Amino acid sequence: MSKRIETKGLRAFFGSFLAVDGIDLTIEPKQVTALIGPSGCGKSTFIRSLNRMHEVVPGARVEGTVLLDGDDIYDPGVDITELRRTVGMVFQRPNPFPTMSIRDNVAAGLRLNGVRRKSELDDAVERSLRMAGLWGEVSNRLDRPGASLSGGQQQRLCIARAIAVAPEVLLMDEPCSALDPVSTLTIEDLIVDLKDEYTIVVVTHNMQQAARVSDVTAFFTIEAAGEPGRLIEVGETSKIFTKPDDARTEAYITGRFG
Amino acid sequence: MTAATGTPIATTVRAPSRRRHGDTVFHGIVVVAAGFVLVLIAAIAVFLIAQAVPAIDKVGWRFFTEETWFPDAEPARFGIAALAFGTVLSSALALAMAVPVALGCALFLTELAPRRLGRYVGYLLDLLAAVPSVVYGLWGVFVLVPALVPVQRGIDGAVGGVVPVFDSRNGVYGRSIFAASVVLAIMVLPIVAALAREVFRQVPRAHREAAFALGATRWEVIKLAVLPYGRSGIVGAIMLGFGRALGETIAVALVLAASFSIDIHIFEPGGNTIAANIATKFGEAGQTGRNALIASGLVLFAITLLVNVIARGIVYRSAVAAEGKP
Repeated sequence: MSKRIETKGLRAFFGSFLAVDGIDLTIEPKQVTALIGPSGCGKSTFIRSLNRMHEVVPGARVEGTVLLDGDDIYDPGVDITELRRTVGMVFQRPNPFPTMSIRDNVAAGLRLNGVRRKSELDDAVERSLRMAGLWGEVSNRLDRPGASLSGGQQQRLCIARAIAVAPEVLLMDEPCSALDPVSTLTIEDLIVDLKDEYTIVVVTHNMQQAARVSDVTAFFTIEAAGEPGRLIEVGETSKIFTKPDDARTEAYITGRFG
Repeated sequence: MTAATGTPIATTVRAPSRRRHGDTVFHGIVVVAAGFVLVLIAAIAVFLIAQAVPAIDKVGWRFFTEETWFPDAEPARFGIAALAFGTVLSSALALAMAVPVALGCALFLTELAPRRLGRYVGYLLDLLAAVPSVVYGLWGVFVLVPALVPVQRGIDGAVGGVVPVFDSRNGVYGRSIFAASVVLAIMVLPIVAALAREVFRQVPRAHREAAFALGATRWEVIKLAVLPYGRSGIVGAIMLGFGRALGETIAVALVLAASFSIDIHIFEPGGNTIAANIATKFGEAGQTGRNALIASGLVLFAITLLVNVIARGIVYRSAVAAEGKP
């Protein structure tokens, strides 16, 4: 249950503005791939083009190819809703549905897929919450609103919601940037646990986080404001953080810019 | 010498003291403004009650059960029952017709329409909501009401035999509660749609994206993220529309063939509302007649208040549910 992602010549636009240009990147299954780089370098735009969330923004579009185990996700025949079920996403700010209970939040994706049997839903809710490391904290109050949880718990609830539909890939767009250090560590441990099951892509501003959780790191940057973001270098995380090939990568990871 | 030592101290405290002076003035202004509103409402309530009591005194509890309206007769016979019934029924029917259309329009503009179209039509809608409702009412009275006659006849012919509500026993249709409701629906449609659009626009992008990322279709995004988040705002929009419909006077007075009876046959000519009755009866009313009309105004005041309390209750309960307080 995890698939390989391969992008070829990926370009993402907002209207006429080219935000990301020419990304060729292979993301291996059952690994954590971290995307790092300064603000505005297009790493969020890139990750959002992997489950076709980029195009939800009015005027946004993508060129190039994204292969999921060899199948082009931008093929006109692709069912976008099915794709997004296969490639799950966790956002920067925890965004549980505010009027839904904890249970209903986790079950939301399953209900969209037509699962109606209560026992099946209950099983999936428990399994997903356990995987997200939240079961022990919420098992006795599943009917309370998702919004009643702390920020870190809400983010784990969102992870549970994403994995409840059994995706192949989990995209995480700065999943800890709105959380305190303790919650961040919990989520990081969770990311490492989850890579046994999923292909995981994490965008992060936090270089220590990339170093802690990822197997492979990809460095994005922009030459100047208004220029498109480009992929500079990708490699084993240990290599990127010790002896990167590109001078710009080294400048960034040693804290000289960004 | 005290003046000499006092000067530097005065200089140091001067800046904060000036700011405090500004605060005091501002504080005073807003307190007066708030107090003025309360005094105004209290004055209106006192006026209504004081003027209404002599009229209600004449008929006692029958004021609430009597359907006819002969306040200046001897002995006076009048009551609020038929008027209150007509008011609530016509407004409720109007909302039943207007709200689905208004919500659909607002959802189209925020969720489905191309961005530019949505923006321009949105401006237009705001503009339309600001037009006094009587303008739409006039169109309703002169164009829509005649056009509705065959519609009512058709519905009566199809189901009137089985559903008494749609039956017109005398075969006449035009100036009915139904026609008044349609006119009211036209009048409240723009305001409810404009408010609902504003509510839907407030739904954070994060909630929509959460639904999209789970593989939701547009309709499912609306169901999962947009409508639940907007629930209290939608209730508020509906209640403002209800308030407008309850108080609407001229258009209803123009449509309805005023009659004073509680009747569920919404296609038959007849029916009346409190506001329309005040408008049509005020000129010919004697002393008791005026007091009686003011008493009916007091009832309208009470109905509006009750509707607002219920709406607040709904909003509060959904807010409590969302925040997870016990």
